[in-house]
Amino acid sequence: MERRVVFSGWVCPVVLLSPQLAVTIVFFFWPAGQAVLQSVRGGDAFGLATRFVGAENFAALAADPDYLAAFAITAFFSLAVALLALAPGLLLAVMADRVVRGAAFYKTVLLLPYAIAPAIAGVLWMFLFNPSIGVLAAALRAGGIDWNYLLDGNQAMLLVILAAAWKEISYNFLFFLAGLQAIPLSLLEASAIDGASPRRRFWTIVFPLLAPTSFFLLVVNIVYAFFDTFGVIHNVTQGGPAKATEILVYKVWYDGIVGLDLGSSAAQSVVLMAIVITLTAIQFRFIERRVHYA
Amino acid sequence: MVTARRNAWVPHAVLIAGLMVVLFPIYVALVAASHALPDILEAPMTLVPGSRLAANFAEALSAGTAKTSGEPVTAMLLNSLVMALAIAAGKIAISLPSAYAVVFFRFPLRRLCFWAIFVTLMLPVEVRIIPTYKIVADLALIDTYGGLTLPLIASATATLLFRQFFLTIPDELVEAAKIDGAGPWRFLVDTVIPLSRTNIAALFVILFIYGWNQYLWPLLITNSPSMTTIVIGIRQMIGNGDTQTEWHIVMATALLAILPPVIVVLLMQRWFVRGLVEAEK
Repeated sequence: MERRVVFSGWVCPVVLLSPQLAVTIVFFFWPAGQAVLQSVRGGDAFGLATRFVGAENFAALAADPDYLAAFAITAFFSLAVALLALAPGLLLAVMADRVVRGAAFYKTVLLLPYAIAPAIAGVLWMFLFNPSIGVLAAALRAGGIDWNYLLDGNQAMLLVILAAAWKEISYNFLFFLAGLQAIPLSLLEASAIDGASPRRRFWTIVFPLLAPTSFFLLVVNIVYAFFDTFGVIHNVTQGGPAKATEILVYKVWYDGIVGLDLGSSAAQSVVLMAIVITLTAIQFRFIERRVHYA
Repeated sequence: MVTARRNAWVPHAVLIAGLMVVLFPIYVALVAASHALPDILEAPMTLVPGSRLAANFAEALSAGTAKTSGEPVTAMLLNSLVMALAIAAGKIAISLPSAYAVVFFRFPLRRLCFWAIFVTLMLPVEVRIIPTYKIVADLALIDTYGGLTLPLIASATATLLFRQFFLTIPDELVEAAKIDGAGPWRFLVDTVIPLSRTNIAALFVILFIYGWNQYLWPLLITNSPSMTTIVIGIRQMIGNGDTQTEWHIVMATALLAILPPVIVVLLMQRWFVRGLVEAEK
């Protein structure tokens, strides 16, 4: 889409654009380029100079069982977070769409976790499930479950998934509610006149019409789980126990900043960039399609 | 009305259950922040609020915990506030003019400029951690507000949102401005910015929360305790086995970290919801 009437001259737009372009070049393109360059270089034995090593860093990653494990962990974690944040979001949105009294109140309260930092969500859930003093840990133990997420990798994974998903329910709720309210009432009335039950109306009309929203949210949630949950992992488990919750972003940070293996960390950054670019491309392709629907 | 009214209690029951799940962690934090430490350590912890809420908040604000090298939470709140405001204001200040340039002018390399901004969507700070850190170090911006905010300020999202909105401004307005002899600067200041007020407000809320909740970047870029933001500081308050974590102060601090973005969302809810749903389209 383009405007018909525009101003002439080029000095003015250059002045207007330059701050954003300057920040973009200095803090986006330059470091991204450095990451790519760094990823094909390795240090010598003394750490004094670097030399070109080609795809060695990537080959090392592909052969590193820890990295492959982190990949599998990230895939599982992201899908679990996305599904656990989407399903309650949809359920609550459908219910909030039905009520009249108190609708504004429900909406406001359900919105609150959106404002909470993932890292803080991690602290809140860590406190609930703290093996020695946590309220929910005590309840689990009373129920006969031996709860100690500091020792049990599966329990640690469950905890970070819960903390990360809890925070994201708000966002999904909001978008599903907006999606539901955009469905023309006449469609639902027509099918009600044809005798369709509320359940049938939901699965044959509402749910298919929400599919674009759901798909969009699925991508957004996966991106969130991939990148924005560093704070949850860093606060709650530090990737442990025994690397059971080490997601890719945590590993990039750990290998680069704590382990000082710059070549490997840069190669991991490049892999992550490829993942974000793929996910963003999927999202935008699909959004174009949605525009045609509407 | 098509909805069956027979089971009107079902949605309310589900919603109330949802509210309880959403609020439970916050409620437990509130209870913990209202007790003295021994009451919390006595498992299972009580779920009845105590009487020390104000005292614990005051202690957190003025002294923090012994383990954060006695850094009071007030200083952390201030750092977070500066960071969030600088990111929100900075992003709006650079993306509104750039969107204006891309929409209201024709000049060589216009498309290239737009795409250069657009692809930054695909480079979140998490994927370019170490090289960005190195650049900030080279510019001597470690432990400064500049280092904390500048690398997060470029925003394709804000530029795209402004661009979308600018495309809906009627051509007649531009023509009228030209006939009246107004140049591009006048048109920007007198017409476009006033028309964009709602969008600016909505973006401000989203970007304020984004800035306030940053974790990885401040963790890298701030070493001195006096630069710690509250979201980072809380991690340093939690012990690692040697000493007893002062949970009552930690939970009071967690609530203090939640409060400002929650207040911003509540005060500006109407704009924020519309802005969020539009921004992501």
